Amino acid sequence: MSALVIRGVRKRFGGQEVLKGIDIGAESGEFVVLVGPSGCGKSTLLNIVAGLEQPDAGDVEIAGRVVTRVPPKDRDIAMVFQSYALYPTMTVRQNITFGMECRGVPKRQQAEAVARTARLLQIEALLDRKPSQLSGGQRQRVAMGRALVRDPLLFLFDEPLSNLDAKLRVEMRMEIKQLHRRIGATMVYVTHDQIEAMTMATRIAVMHQGEVQQFADPDTVYNRPANLFVARFMGAPPMNTVSARLVGGENPVAVIGAGRPDEIRLPLPAEGGPPPDWRDREVVLGIRPEAIAEAERRFGQDPGSFSTVEAPVEMTEPTGAETIVMMRLGGEPVLGRVAPDVRPPVGGAARFAVDTRRICLFDPATERLIA
Amino acid sequence: MAEVGAASLAPAARNPLGRWLVYALLTGFAAFYLVPLLVVVLNSVRTAQDIGATSVIGWPRELALDNFSRAWGSYCIAQSCTGIAPYMWNSFLLVVPATVISTLLGALNGYSVALWRFRGDNWVFGLVTLGVFLPEQMKLIPWALVLRDLGLTNTISGLVLIHVVQGISFTTLFCRNYYVAIPAELLKAARIDGAGYFRIFWRIVLPLSPPILIVTVIWQFTHIWNEFIYGVTFTSGTQQPVTAALIALSVSVSEAPQYGVQSAAVLLAALPTLLVYLFGGKYFLRGLTAGAVK
Repeated sequence: MSALVIRGVRKRFGGQEVLKGIDIGAESGEFVVLVGPSGCGKSTLLNIVAGLEQPDAGDVEIAGRVVTRVPPKDRDIAMVFQSYALYPTMTVRQNITFGMECRGVPKRQQAEAVARTARLLQIEALLDRKPSQLSGGQRQRVAMGRALVRDPLLFLFDEPLSNLDAKLRVEMRMEIKQLHRRIGATMVYVTHDQIEAMTMATRIAVMHQGEVQQFADPDTVYNRPANLFVARFMGAPPMNTVSARLVGGENPVAVIGAGRPDEIRLPLPAEGGPPPDWRDREVVLGIRPEAIAEAERRFGQDPGSFSTVEAPVEMTEPTGAETIVMMRLGGEPVLGRVAPDVRPPVGGAARFAVDTRRICLFDPATERLIA
Repeated sequence: MAEVGAASLAPAARNPLGRWLVYALLTGFAAFYLVPLLVVVLNSVRTAQDIGATSVIGWPRELALDNFSRAWGSYCIAQSCTGIAPYMWNSFLLVVPATVISTLLGALNGYSVALWRFRGDNWVFGLVTLGVFLPEQMKLIPWALVLRDLGLTNTISGLVLIHVVQGISFTTLFCRNYYVAIPAELLKAARIDGAGYFRIFWRIVLPLSPPILIVTVIWQFTHIWNEFIYGVTFTSGTQQPVTAALIALSVSVSEAPQYGVQSAAVLLAALPTLLVYLFGGKYFLRGLTAGAVK
């Protein structure tokens, strides 16, 4: 059953249309991440799901019930906020029980629920403290506790980790993911951090300028981005995108920097190649940095799955786990990721292996994925 | 702020002469400002003969402390020889309910305009705070008509009504400016938890409010206690607050002017606001900046 359906939702603030018809949903037990740059409308969409904002058009359905005009408290949802939004004058215990108090849950039942949630999140020792006496990570846990104590139909997270330092953020990310697996609840999670989206989501909705650019599982979003925006937004460093020309008949070849002395010819895979009407036309070629490696690297068993190119090296960035190489392919700047012990000489040329199976082709006019 | 102050004082600190000049100038201004108070304090312990023989400005020849007891309990004001005690009581009956009610209404108003969005919310706030800028004289006749129609002319309840309504402008402004600093996410969280308008006010906003409530209470208390025009216009005789009674006391023409007793009465009448300032002053300053620094 669908835990959440968002159908044709539009929202306008003053003259600005911030949501231009959103259609996404979440199956029961799914972890859907809304990701996009700031101002893309993802938080507004979450507020509409929560009932804190009203859509101008469209419907929100939670567990089969249309709730578009239902107030937040009657939607059976729980929400975790970026600032945690803990009630400053209440103790941790009171923060967690406030919702039950509002709903008139008997005191004994409240105490049991608090005990259960505190055990789950290991915050038993903090129950009688005020939020100001807690560290950032502890506040985050309490905010989670306030949501978890409800056992709602839907959990909503609004950038819950962005106020934490980098190390704690990675820990909490794993913890939330484990929590999701353990309790199996449906979660909708808003973030601007594409790594959070990739690591936690069962499905990602990439948003930009009030529209969903792509709604798919993380592998698809990463490897087959629906358009150039998604290709450049997901991944760090992002996908390389360069202009290229498709030539040849049955087995087309993509040429980068056609006509130049250093032009690069990359054979495209036989299956899933571009439609015939794209032959001999300009395209945008996208390739992930990790699909360009040192020449000795073997991508796949089939020798046809990669080709070797020579390229001038402009800069190297050793990160410890790998070396990022900035090179030029047919005159275009491109990043590659080679093994950490490989340090191609800057200013010279080096040979690289390119995983041609992972080439994506985009229409330069519409920026949509062709193949 | 503190660093800026220290930096600008630094040249004077290096130059002792300049520093003494600044101190001398400030002391001079302070003395100038305090002279009227000094005259009143000195006269309050002088006898009528003493003042009559010299002038209202002068040192006491002997300490006449009975001026205070006479002012409090037996001096005649408009044919009733009760001192200012009953009028002080009138002022308390007026100022306590007016302060409490106007502060609570201001908090509720401030909470509504700061934290809830409704159609015309900015207009409501603008109109309410317009009251801050309207002079009292302008509202005398409208209030006279309202009190007459409500049958509250020459009653303390009538003055309470006036001060509650007039005070809402200031208390709303104070509280609203304090509450806008409360993060919107706090309210969103409370709404999802199922709290409504009044529960959010009572359980979340009001517990955060003591700094601003202290400011508003001090402000309203001193303002209403010291208010004079409404008191003298709408009440007479035994219903008058102490500020209006002080005037009646000064125009008793039956004998030679009793400057000593009158000065003592003025000091007694000023005592409550002075005490409020002494005990609440530090909260007042702290509360005024509390919203800004968060």
